[in-house]
Amino acid sequence: MAISSKTTWDLAPAPESSDHVDIKKTYGLFINGKFVPSVSGKTFTSINPANEQALSSVAEAGSEDVDKAVKAARNAYNKHWRKMPAAERAKYIFRIARVIQERAREFAVIESMDGGKPIRESRDVDVPLAANHFFYYAGWADKLSYAFPNRNPSPLGVAGQIIPWNFPLLMAAWKIAPALATGNTVVLKPAETTPLTALKLAEVIQEAGLPEGVVNIITGAGATGAALVNHPDINKIAFTGSTDVGKLIQRAVSGSDKKITLELGGKAANIIFEDAAIDQAVEGIINGIYFNQGHVCCAGSRLFVQESVYDEVLEKVKYRIESLIVGDPLDKNTDIGAINSKEQLQRVKHYLELGTKEGALLHQSSCKLPKKGYWCKPSLFENVSPSHAIAREEIFGPVLAVQTFRTVQEVITKANNTPYGLSAGVWTDKGAKIFNLSSRMRAGVVWANTFNQFDPVSPFGGYKESGYGREGGLHGLSSYLNLK
Amino acid sequence: MLKTYKLYIGGAFVRTESGRYLKLKNAKGDVIANVCHASRKDLRNAVTAAGKALPGWSGKSAFNRSQILYRMAEMLEQRGPLLVDEMVLMGLTKTAARREVNLCIDRTVYFAGWCDKYSQIFSSVNPVASPHFNFTVPEPMGVIAVVAGKDTPLLGLLSNLLPVLAGGNTAVVLAPEAYPLSSVFLSEIVNDSDVPGGVVNLLTGLHQELLPHLAGHMGIHGLIVDDCSQETAASLREQCAENLKRLFLRDSDWTDPESQHPYLILDTQELKTTWHPIEVISGMGSGY
Repeated sequence: MAISSKTTWDLAPAPESSDHVDIKKTYGLFINGKFVPSVSGKTFTSINPANEQALSSVAEAGSEDVDKAVKAARNAYNKHWRKMPAAERAKYIFRIARVIQERAREFAVIESMDGGKPIRESRDVDVPLAANHFFYYAGWADKLSYAFPNRNPSPLGVAGQIIPWNFPLLMAAWKIAPALATGNTVVLKPAETTPLTALKLAEVIQEAGLPEGVVNIITGAGATGAALVNHPDINKIAFTGSTDVGKLIQRAVSGSDKKITLELGGKAANIIFEDAAIDQAVEGIINGIYFNQGHVCCAGSRLFVQESVYDEVLEKVKYRIESLIVGDPLDKNTDIGAINSKEQLQRVKHYLELGTKEGALLHQSSCKLPKKGYWCKPSLFENVSPSHAIAREEIFGPVLAVQTFRTVQEVITKANNTPYGLSAGVWTDKGAKIFNLSSRMRAGVVWANTFNQFDPVSPFGGYKESGYGREGGLHGLSSYLNLK
Repeated sequence: MLKTYKLYIGGAFVRTESGRYLKLKNAKGDVIANVCHASRKDLRNAVTAAGKALPGWSGKSAFNRSQILYRMAEMLEQRGPLLVDEMVLMGLTKTAARREVNLCIDRTVYFAGWCDKYSQIFSSVNPVASPHFNFTVPEPMGVIAVVAGKDTPLLGLLSNLLPVLAGGNTAVVLAPEAYPLSSVFLSEIVNDSDVPGGVVNLLTGLHQELLPHLAGHMGIHGLIVDDCSQETAASLREQCAENLKRLFLRDSDWTDPESQHPYLILDTQELKTTWHPIEVISGMGSGY
């Protein structure tokens, strides 16, 4: 097979207009149904990682603000939300879903500006999935007794929720929708580099007419999150983010009765057998690691290729890497957008250097990167051994570590040889092999002949140090319910 | 001039092929509308249309069906005042009509929510003793005839129709004899809510005349009859034996919130179990 590594892609720019979006110069904290400044008056700036330009100045919540938000949530829980008939509660959540659908384009553009992800992904994945998540859980509100027969499901109270910067609106939906449907009220903290779509969501929540204080959205960095976790009147902490912070949270709440769910890091194995449809598998490898610049906790960052097809697979993967368009997130042709922040770019670069130093062989696209902003070429390492840091640690960037295997048993052992257990991918033509592998993988989600699929009805979450609890589907309800 | 309320077959509003009409009168005895008196031929056309629409509707994603039923609820809410007027025209008080319409909206939202959930409740993965992945899922039964009861203008009809639609079936509906106007109003809402043509087909006419044809039709897989006499029930059971048509005789008070539940969806589902081998390597069984 002869395929040229030179591509002839030459697409004219097709930028999505940002004229119609309304980003305010400043945003307050969304507490008790209103946007208010922080008590300290402190703010921080959210920038566009693709050009380093400031987008908005956002209030930074201190512990007094956290306290106000928790009080608002408690008050709303006692006065309105826990008493409201479930079918009425559902109507508010359905309305949130509808408004997100109606304002989908605006959400998509802001998501790409604030976070750096390609508009195609924010438009086709993040925003519709967020709306659908609200739709799905809205319907559960008055049906909980069918999900947990012979129990009397009741809400926990006030949920503190902390979300990451990789899927800002979608993670807000994953957190807020099930919490509300099950009758809890919410204090949510978005990540400090991507607060804008959560604040737009606050506007949607105002528009949908939710009782004041049912959802509160407070912005800030780690200190704000810590204040929320440590607040004594919180009943539940739901966290998505790094494993390190997840462990800190578990320690912080260990002296209390707070319930926690943690959706943490991952180092997913993506396994290609020789009997797989190779072209599809190659697309799955590319999607698995380069989707959202690799800022995906379930990214297929450890590729295992059966030796007999190694050369073919690698040649095709390299060819495909060369064809990826890296650049303006708002351009509809863009495959890979900007790295979310300067800090994250440094982290990715650290691993690129470390991988080379440890003896792995780096291959990168020859694409040109824009001068301003934070960028990383799609990268892969060959000659990787299981002991290398790039094969063990979560990089959270567009960096793939490739290893080989000969037998099924061998790859099962290698794939499970990680403290993480969020997801795995299996590519083979044999159904019987899929079910064997899926039962052997110590991971919460297994994708067979596909990768990075998400749906509101499908539970998501990890084994081992990838956290516990599930989000999505029927099982996602139990994290927010008392089933005594 | 009196309005003539049409049949709704295959996504089109049509007059009965028979040319027969029923005159609907109010309590004072004044004629208030002409209503199509559907014939056996109209019924057959409706079943054909429902059969044609089945692959498309049952093949839609559950999420999509959910969105469409939710859209129906939104339309019911938007056009609620007009629907209230139709009910008042048929003799309800304004208060009773408003209450009925609100219950109809809530019921539609309720079943819209079930579309992508009932299979999570009713499916199972079965831990068979051999190395097989074995799972059971509900699938739509097919074309379902729904015969509305006589107590409510619309709520009973909807309460029986919505579980059929949520479950991916298509329907031939026989409107309540006393309340044809709100039923025809419903078919207009169905038509404007992205429900594909043929998924719901609505006939107005005389139940005693059409029931035997519904029960005997080979293209109908299930028959739901709300509120019928013991005598009718016995003869329906006998007629349905012809193609082992599933028969569901119901008599709930549909204004009672307890009357809505997902087992109404399960009634018009078939259960399918699939076996798939699991590779066994060095004698290790699988976890399924």
